[in-house]
Amino acid sequence: MVLGNDASSSSLSNKNLSVLVVDDDPLIRMLHDNYLKHFGLKPLVVENGKEAVDLFQLGTSFDLILMDKEMPIMNGVEATKALRDMGATSMIVGVTSRGSPSEMQAFMEAGLDFCFEKPLTFDMIDFILKELNVNDDDDTNN
Amino acid sequence: MERNPLRRQLQLMRKSLFDQGYLDEQFVQLEELQDDTNPNFVEEVVTLYYRDSARLVLNIEQALERKPYNFHKLDAYMHQFKGSSSSIGAKKVKAESTLFREYCKSGNGEGCMRCFQQLKKEYATLRKKLEAYFQVARQAGPMETACRPK
Repeated sequence: MVLGNDASSSSLSNKNLSVLVVDDDPLIRMLHDNYLKHFGLKPLVVENGKEAVDLFQLGTSFDLILMDKEMPIMNGVEATKALRDMGATSMIVGVTSRGSPSEMQAFMEAGLDFCFEKPLTFDMIDFILKELNVNDDDDTNN
Repeated sequence: MERNPLRRQLQLMRKSLFDQGYLDEQFVQLEELQDDTNPNFVEEVVTLYYRDSARLVLNIEQALERKPYNFHKLDAYMHQFKGSSSSIGAKKVKAESTLFREYCKSGNGEGCMRCFQQLKKEYATLRKKLEAYFQVARQAGPMETACRPK
């Protein structure tokens, strides 16, 4: 895997993307925060699904949400369903330690765009951001 | 070949951690996040891991003192612990975590106990090795870009 040029060239197109990291694990929050900063982003970081839903209810929207599955107060499945029910059009990417196909399928059905097993890697984030930028280009052209 | 003796020592320590199976690719991902603006990132992440996971180790220890075992609870704790351990590339610790979860699923209490003792050994060994590694790293100063072990 080569990172170098890809990360630096994409950081220019990424800088206007708004990102929310939702995870109860401080280590994962720190990691994902730093991964995203490496791509030129400035993510907001919250600790559970309810905080994500509360932000949306206050009128804050995000281009990308990285959503953990297992969290206290409100888990990732509940939060994703709630956000979609409220009309959130963000790209929501599930991130879970539970890697069985059935568990990931259940999380996907809540309304995710993608689901990855933890921990995220540079390649995964690169893929997500490319998908996001492609979607953004499609919206502009329509 | 690195000529600076401290950096050479650091390279050898690093290679040994990978060759002996203590660390995996995820550790390299952490190193790639380290730069001039974040020069101690890897050490900070590892420090956070050991600080945070200590609580989980204690929870598991306490749960293993209560009979009959609550395998569902033990599995939940270990699931969290495994996730954190994966995030820093702690390969042997992660392997023992996986085995522990399999024992939980099959309701094998003795297996859980044995496995947990081994897990704690690996956890402690890795900590000592990484502490020594970071001590030399601080003395050696910033390294070149992280390279993947062959």
